[in-house]
Amino acid sequence: MNLRKTHPRGRSRKRLNVIALGLATLATALGLVGLASILITTLLNGAAALRPSLFTELTPPPGAEGGLANALFGSLLLIFVAVVMGTPIGILAGTYLAEYNTYPKLVATVRFINDILLSAPSVVIGLFVYQVIVWPSGHFSGWAGAIALALILLPVVIRTTDETMQLIPLSLREAALALGAPKWRVITQVIYRAARAGILTGVLLGIARISGETAPLLFTALNNQYWSTDLSRPLANVPVVIFQFALSPYESWHGLAWAGALLLTLLVLVVSILARSLLREKAE
Amino acid sequence: MLVASAQPDQLQNQTQENGESAAVSEKPCIIIRNLDFFYNDRQALRNVTMTLPERKVTGIIGPSGCGKSTLLRVLNRMYDLYPNQRATGQVIMDGENIIGPDVDVSLLRRRIGMVFQKPTPFPMSIYDNVAFGVRLHERLSRAEMDERVEWALTSAALWDEVKDVIRSPATSLSGGQQQRLCIARTIAVHPEVILLDEPTSALDPISTLRIEELIDELKRNFTIAIVTHNLQQAARIADQVAFFFMGELVEIGPSAQIFTAPKERRTQEYITGRFG
Repeated sequence: MNLRKTHPRGRSRKRLNVIALGLATLATALGLVGLASILITTLLNGAAALRPSLFTELTPPPGAEGGLANALFGSLLLIFVAVVMGTPIGILAGTYLAEYNTYPKLVATVRFINDILLSAPSVVIGLFVYQVIVWPSGHFSGWAGAIALALILLPVVIRTTDETMQLIPLSLREAALALGAPKWRVITQVIYRAARAGILTGVLLGIARISGETAPLLFTALNNQYWSTDLSRPLANVPVVIFQFALSPYESWHGLAWAGALLLTLLVLVVSILARSLLREKAE
Repeated sequence: MLVASAQPDQLQNQTQENGESAAVSEKPCIIIRNLDFFYNDRQALRNVTMTLPERKVTGIIGPSGCGKSTLLRVLNRMYDLYPNQRATGQVIMDGENIIGPDVDVSLLRRRIGMVFQKPTPFPMSIYDNVAFGVRLHERLSRAEMDERVEWALTSAALWDEVKDVIRSPATSLSGGQQQRLCIARTIAVHPEVILLDEPTSALDPISTLRIEELIDELKRNFTIAIVTHNLQQAARIADQVAFFFMGELVEIGPSAQIFTAPKERRTQEYITGRFG
């Protein structure tokens, strides 16, 4: 056997390795450069526009100075209401899929449809809510926006709940049942506790997903120039403000759009870090 | 509710006539007759007839897949969870067939507790692990519950090790401690029978020894059935031993007799390590 490094087949293998490694590195670099330039641009432009008045003043009329107070509040309200609506339904539906296999075909069908919903373009969700709520009611509203966001959140929560609960070992269920516990108590007192971190992560990932959604809000909550806490009327929110201000010709609006973009990015970042640390805690 | 028996003595006489050694059995706690068990169409237990004598340890031995664990899972109806599994025959406790259709499975499982191969602490505090089962079946005041938890942990030889950390998560205990916690959790609901499915196979020798000593203590108050792959363990702790092979009960008798003078060739071959 010839084990020297100069063996011809060894050399061609080596060359192939260098080429593959080079291509993979290049692809990674391309991806990273794109991502980094987006983040840096947002950071630089956003930081330049950051000032305390962002949180105290309302979105200004064209050309004037102002803040994002109403949009920030509106966004938080929309996200909050969407989470309140979407999370219980999502957790219950996920529980059904993971724990009750009385009708295996139904469970498989629901999982399949949920996967479709998970990857449905958000503009479709927006149009759907427009058709079902905005059009019949005759006006845009915060409720419609929150419902649209809840519909985007829902499949994320269903999927993570379902998957997390399926990962809980059967032995834990059997141990609880062997003490004479009825199924509902096993689920609520043992399985939910064991799956808590995973389910919470799902909700956080869902929040990260909906906090930047613009398309569904354009058709539903639209925007509001004034301070409003009324969900039955159009409601200001950061994504739509960014969308409108960035497209405008006014310098002050551009600055606010960048500031909004930065705040949204930071929100998503914080939520993602929270979700990751929860997952790590679960792994330990 | 399980109904009290009219003729337990009669049943006992029958089993003794079937040739079971009277040296072990004083009073039967559970009588199994002509038990068959199926996973779908595969038969896992064939016409099993035996008794678990009260306050004795019954060791169940045999090669993997012989039906040992299946037998335990029949006794507390764990197989109920799986629609493709079914049992036919009779398992009599207090005169009632516990594999019959109108048995309250929750109440049955309270009377027949089970400890599994791997420790399965619930994701809650040590205290709540022990209290979990009790809360299902009884309403106790805080003081009564404290007392019960302490009693169960003391009985499981764990109290001294955990009394200062009783509110910390049960998952922070070592494997051997977790298994003793599972035993404490099982006896806390005051069962009559404890089923142990290879309770020490995941533990180190010292933890194993502690569990064996514990089982010796527990048989004063409980009827115990233990599945084990460890023949020395069966010889050490069991009063009677049942040898299973391919779903059949080959031989059952006092453990001294099974290990020194087995009547069946297959038992002899298994305990001398010729197969299994």
